[in-house]
Amino acid sequence: MTYLQVQSNGLVDLDMLASAITDKTILISLMYANNEIGVIQPVADIGRIARARGVLFHTDGVQAIGKVPVNVNRDNIDIMSLTGHKLYGPKGVGALYVRRKGPRVQLAAQQDGGGHERGMRSGTLNVPGIVGFGEACALAQAEMPEESRRLAYLRDKLRRKLETELDEVYINGTMDSRLPHNLNISFAYVEGESLLMGINDVAVSSGSACTSATLEPSYVLKALGAGDDLAHSSIRFGLGRFNTEEEVDYVGDKVVDVVRKLRELSPLYEMAKEGIDLTKVEWTAH
Amino acid sequence: MAYSNKVLDHYNHPRNVGSMDKSDPNVGTGMVGAPECGDVMKLQVKVNPATGIIEEAKFKTFGCGSAIASSSLATEWLHGKTVDEALAIKNTDIVNELSLPPVKIHCSVLAEDAIKAAIADYKKKTAQNADAVAAN
Repeated sequence: MTYLQVQSNGLVDLDMLASAITDKTILISLMYANNEIGVIQPVADIGRIARARGVLFHTDGVQAIGKVPVNVNRDNIDIMSLTGHKLYGPKGVGALYVRRKGPRVQLAAQQDGGGHERGMRSGTLNVPGIVGFGEACALAQAEMPEESRRLAYLRDKLRRKLETELDEVYINGTMDSRLPHNLNISFAYVEGESLLMGINDVAVSSGSACTSATLEPSYVLKALGAGDDLAHSSIRFGLGRFNTEEEVDYVGDKVVDVVRKLRELSPLYEMAKEGIDLTKVEWTAH
Repeated sequence: MAYSNKVLDHYNHPRNVGSMDKSDPNVGTGMVGAPECGDVMKLQVKVNPATGIIEEAKFKTFGCGSAIASSSLATEWLHGKTVDEALAIKNTDIVNELSLPPVKIHCSVLAEDAIKAAIADYKKKTAQNADAVAAN
């Protein structure tokens, strides 16, 4: 198994990917779009490389389907994982796309039993879940052109608000290839969990898992090469079908207020404003 | 995470936020934690040299709500205490007062460390001043 590092914009380096393929490589597996920073990988290019080298290509399309057009033939995707609850479908139902021809993908079943679904997954089918998932896909497909424009407009409005009214905010991951509803921002010198606490009537997540017992910041942001300090200062905003422009304006105002208040409280902000290089300070680790 | 009402109160209305002149001989400054760990506390005390009583305490904290509350509470407790009484403040006192959950106990430890660091800084300064006076 070879793990590939991503670039600082969150995207896989295609040259690095191509050179990592060896005679023994049977599969490339890559997330279509990332759940934390929303970046969309160059899936079509990767599919082309995989096909040319005779390697199967699996992608986790969970975040992408229903948000951006996904086409397994255009992108040479051989296997794709999907789930219902990320596109307003029911929880507890997913799908695995498996290419039937060109090339035919053969998988070993993970469970034995009655041989349902051509022996691939034995067990009684969750019919209501399947129907609901299918309907959710149809709705998402129908609404996608308009909905993704709407979400991108709201997301960009929020971004502009935060970037014009606050200094030292940093977008995590490229904006050039990104899901329309995702914004992941680091607010330097402000700790993410304290920021969440100040906007507790808004459901967002701190990119860092600082509410967990490990206190480890997000591995996704660390993979981009963000320092641990910025990873501790990040928030993911995810917009959805039911968010209105009023709500987005409210969130923008509130985040600006809370970040300003917390920076008043922040010894790091004070030191940075005094011109102290925080990387040169001898901190007492704990 | 559910925060206790006292943590919320300190977060929403932090007490004694600010900075005092580090070079003031009567001011002790303690800075503990590290940005990459997600917590940095700066705590300062101003001691009346005649009485040894802390007349002012200020803080600034980069950290979660519990870290902010722990340091805010510490400055409240420091007011009016002697230096020795201040050193007797234990992190467990802060845990109990704020009902901190286990995952947030390190915030109280950091506050205790900040108190000790501020007082150590003050004591170092007074010792240096005494030396300077003795040398004259």
